[in-house]
Amino acid sequence: MKRNGQVLLTVEHITKQFGGVVAVNDVSFDVNKGEILAVIGPNGAGKTTLFNIVTGILAPSSGTVRFNGTDITGKKPYQIAQLGMTRTFQNLEVFTNMSVIENVMTGAHRNMKTSFLQAGLRVPSVKKEEKAVEEKAMRCLEKVGIAHLAYERAETLPYGNQRLLEIARAIAAEPALILLDEPMAGLNDEESRWLVEVILQLRKEGLTFVFVEHDMETVMAISDHIVVLDNGVKIGEGTPEEIYRNKAVVAAYLGEEETVC
Amino acid sequence: MHERRLGTWLFALGILLFPLIVHSNYLLSILIMIGFYSLVCNGLTMLMGYAGQISLGHAAFYGIGAYTTAYLSATHGWSPWLSIIAGAVISAFIAFIVGIPTFKLKGHYLALATLGFGVIVYTCFKEFTSITGGMNGFFGIPSIKLFAWEFSNDARFYYLIWTVVLLSLLFSQNIIHSRVGRALRSIEGSEAASDAVGIDIMRYKLQVFVYSAICASIAGSLYAHYVTFINPQAFDAMLSIYFLIMVITGGASSIWGAVIGSSVFVLLSELLKEVVPLVFSNAGGEFEIVFFGVLLVVMLIYMPNGLTAAWKKITGKWRTSTTLSPAAKGGGGR
Repeated sequence: MKRNGQVLLTVEHITKQFGGVVAVNDVSFDVNKGEILAVIGPNGAGKTTLFNIVTGILAPSSGTVRFNGTDITGKKPYQIAQLGMTRTFQNLEVFTNMSVIENVMTGAHRNMKTSFLQAGLRVPSVKKEEKAVEEKAMRCLEKVGIAHLAYERAETLPYGNQRLLEIARAIAAEPALILLDEPMAGLNDEESRWLVEVILQLRKEGLTFVFVEHDMETVMAISDHIVVLDNGVKIGEGTPEEIYRNKAVVAAYLGEEETVC
Repeated sequence: MHERRLGTWLFALGILLFPLIVHSNYLLSILIMIGFYSLVCNGLTMLMGYAGQISLGHAAFYGIGAYTTAYLSATHGWSPWLSIIAGAVISAFIAFIVGIPTFKLKGHYLALATLGFGVIVYTCFKEFTSITGGMNGFFGIPSIKLFAWEFSNDARFYYLIWTVVLLSLLFSQNIIHSRVGRALRSIEGSEAASDAVGIDIMRYKLQVFVYSAICASIAGSLYAHYVTFINPQAFDAMLSIYFLIMVITGGASSIWGAVIGSSVFVLLSELLKEVVPLVFSNAGGEFEIVFFGVLLVVMLIYMPNGLTAAWKKITGKWRTSTTLSPAAKGGGGR
């Protein structure tokens, strides 16, 4: 592999079985720092299962996941998040019982210190921390372009803005890696273009992205590296150009996709 | 000054002035009862409204607080202040131990588990007669003294309980507008997303459960020192359900819901005591159960977010429980 750079996430020989079904079969790949890596594949290829293993929602049957030098296999989702890996959800998981900015402030949880007792007694450090985190949250909202909606109730936001809100919440945690689960799903062309711009800008600021996506146009446009799954097996990986030229991939996925489109 | 603080101070002023304006021991005793329930509901609102976790067992903590302080102060001669703290510590410990397995459950299962816990504790109150006096009750609980000042009459006790209620409301309010409050509310909003930003859900569920147990315990202890006689029936599962009705009626998503729900409950049950005998001459307490059962159902259907939310809707002031209003922020980002 001719990619150079520091490895941030390593997926090593991950296998996941559900009863007799092998959803993910011996999949390995690396994610480098500052890279945008896409995981693609037809429905049922095992993308979501792989995603859930990396984020700790599912434990793999075998194999290891290493993040920033730490073995995170079998760790709980919140522990993995605390190490600096956050995510967004395909079916939006915005905190509908909060305002927009509170959603983002909640994202900053891992870098804050206030304990239950300190919060209840409102010791001076809490006030300072609150002010700092509110400013930080505002900056995150500015980055995704919805700062003007900061004090709206989150559930009143249209779908596209809720997706942006999830990204703002994810970056508020100051993570090293963000996983995006089908970020383009449900967005119109204009919203998709803006989201691509946001992601590219954030990458420029040093963030690393892994995303699962159906929208091939986006994948080809913004990915540095692509991993292709089919029936739980990795059938190819490489740059977008390499994926275009990969016959196995085209047969399994792209060909099919193009006849649909 | 924050709007929320202003409301709290106005409320405190009202509490302070009330006995000076209204000279009625009957009304004072009602307000004292409202105070006990407000304290319990304050903790429960944090648990149910903010963290979204139901409990049908808080009469148990109310009772543990009452019996611990009764036993230590009456039987062993402890200072009531110390025995109240001891009750809170014991309740906190029990909540922690019970919470670890219980909060692995959700929804109906959690409701049933906490209900079961309440029934077990109630049975303990009945059966451990050497400590609790069983169904005969526990007599002779001393009243509370602060130096030479004894909280023996209603006016004095009124100030004691409402001071505690106000402090606990302030504490809860501070929690809500902090990292911890957001973590709690995020659990209600979406556990998957809480996980994804690194919030240790179990830890926060336990913390808020312990906090709500401490509130209930202190309320129960103060109740014991107020009435000086307690009996297991004061802490049965029905009371837990009444707590639930109060929280739902008041509105679980506002800290004031605790006070409003408790007030509505106590005032309605006083009213029922007056009205029901006029209609049904030989009616007993069961009418109360029927009435509050109906009230709960009606509330859940027509005002699932309680009176405070309904009021905010009417006045067009509905927003999230935040005070982060644009007006207060000087237009940051606007």
